[in-house]
Amino acid sequence: MAHRWKNTLKESDVTPEKVYLNRRQLMASAVAGVGLAGIGGHRAMAQDALEPNSFEDITSYNNYYEFGTGKGDPARYADALTTEPWSVKIDGLVDKPGDYAFEDIMKAMTVEERIYRFRCVEAWSMVVPWNGFELADLLDMAGVQSGAKFVAFETALRPDEMPGVKFPVLDWPYVEGLRLDEAMHPLTIMATGIYGKDIPNQNGAPLRLVVPWKYGFKSIKSIVRISLTDSEPPTAWNKANPREYGFYSNVNPEVSHPRWSQATERPLGGGLFAGRKDTLMFNGYGDEVASLYEGMDLAKFF
Amino acid sequence: MSGIVDRINGLARRIPTWVVYSVYLLPAVWLFYQGVTGGLGPDPVKALEHELGEIALQLLIIGLCITPLRRFVGVNLIRFRRAIGLLAFTYVTLHLLTWAFLDVQTLSRVAEDIIKRPYITIGMAAFVLLVPLAATSNNWSVRKLGPRWRQLHKLTYAAVVLGGVHYIWLVKGIQLEPLVYMAVIMALLGLRLPILASRRASRS
Repeated sequence: MAHRWKNTLKESDVTPEKVYLNRRQLMASAVAGVGLAGIGGHRAMAQDALEPNSFEDITSYNNYYEFGTGKGDPARYADALTTEPWSVKIDGLVDKPGDYAFEDIMKAMTVEERIYRFRCVEAWSMVVPWNGFELADLLDMAGVQSGAKFVAFETALRPDEMPGVKFPVLDWPYVEGLRLDEAMHPLTIMATGIYGKDIPNQNGAPLRLVVPWKYGFKSIKSIVRISLTDSEPPTAWNKANPREYGFYSNVNPEVSHPRWSQATERPLGGGLFAGRKDTLMFNGYGDEVASLYEGMDLAKFF
Repeated sequence: MSGIVDRINGLARRIPTWVVYSVYLLPAVWLFYQGVTGGLGPDPVKALEHELGEIALQLLIIGLCITPLRRFVGVNLIRFRRAIGLLAFTYVTLHLLTWAFLDVQTLSRVAEDIIKRPYITIGMAAFVLLVPLAATSNNWSVRKLGPRWRQLHKLTYAAVVLGGVHYIWLVKGIQLEPLVYMAVIMALLGLRLPILASRRASRS
């Protein structure tokens, strides 16, 4: 592990949305440097330049093709997904393989708030205040063996609950993968909440991956299986169209997707006449993650 | 059956074309109003762009229905064809303007996208093909061009196919809706094949 993300917040520190929003408004009008230590002192430094989208935006505009390809489909249909009980199979090159009940995972993990930029490959973006824990902690719990080099993930596949899987938009179940060092990076979290509430089904309940320096489709939802492997695992969008979706899928304004320029993005929530903004390398997390890709040609390993 | 057809034809004769224009411009006004007032969700630009494009494609398809309806069913809606065509062109134009000015916003990037991204090149080609058709959708041009007017307006077949391909190509993955549009387009164009064949036969 390179370094831990230093965050002193605990679950009890998570501010209720209403208070939180008021505080944000206060902060927006307050001069920078006013002592807001206490609660969220860390956030004030590292993350508060980001103004999160509303809960409504985040939970009504989703790509979750298991529930349909329209942006509103997941919010409309994902209620049908049973998230209790839920367990995650952790297998492959781990010391303690098995089915881990979601409650047991939550008991063992430290949930923090992480306000991250979220950048979709379709060139729109949001800012999301996630609640979650570091994936590294979960992997440590299972005991990663020395031969492991990659982490593979799999989304639930429930044709009875997921109307979208009737049509072969993708080769279901949705699968994703990370290199082990990417998975162990302290920015990589398993999200279990948004704005301090349980994560809604359309956003990937009960737990989903969030890798903030990669395009959103890497952040696989409603995970049922995590496998440690010694070779690069298949990923759903790469299988569907390898020319357009690579394994890495790092946000990169210089490498354009064949169908969307990635140089700029449309931040959502600004209305019909909102401007675009320039996309940041690694979605703005270059200081933290650029070293993971040293010496790699990111146009080739896109 | 023929009773129904006669009734539809009788009704169609009584409806002034301005009614078609007014009714079909309402969605554009309504969508724009919704976009401004927040009714189109978190990404109003995309929603507006998509809706306008979809209505344009639907209008092109409705236009393609008019000849087969007359030929195979006896329903004569030919007096609405110009209105339908011009409305389709209007929606394609609004779709293009929304994309260029509200979505991409930078003219250099608009140009770059048209050149570099095939699905946009195709959409743009469809628009270009429709320009001479819209420009000649008036009585003077019909008289002036004579039989060539009919030939020229067959460009609409190419435009609608390009529009269908544009839709299939722009969505992520293989999705049902654009494929349904394409199937309908192909079926409507297919209905014209026997006509061509019989014409060739009668000529020879």
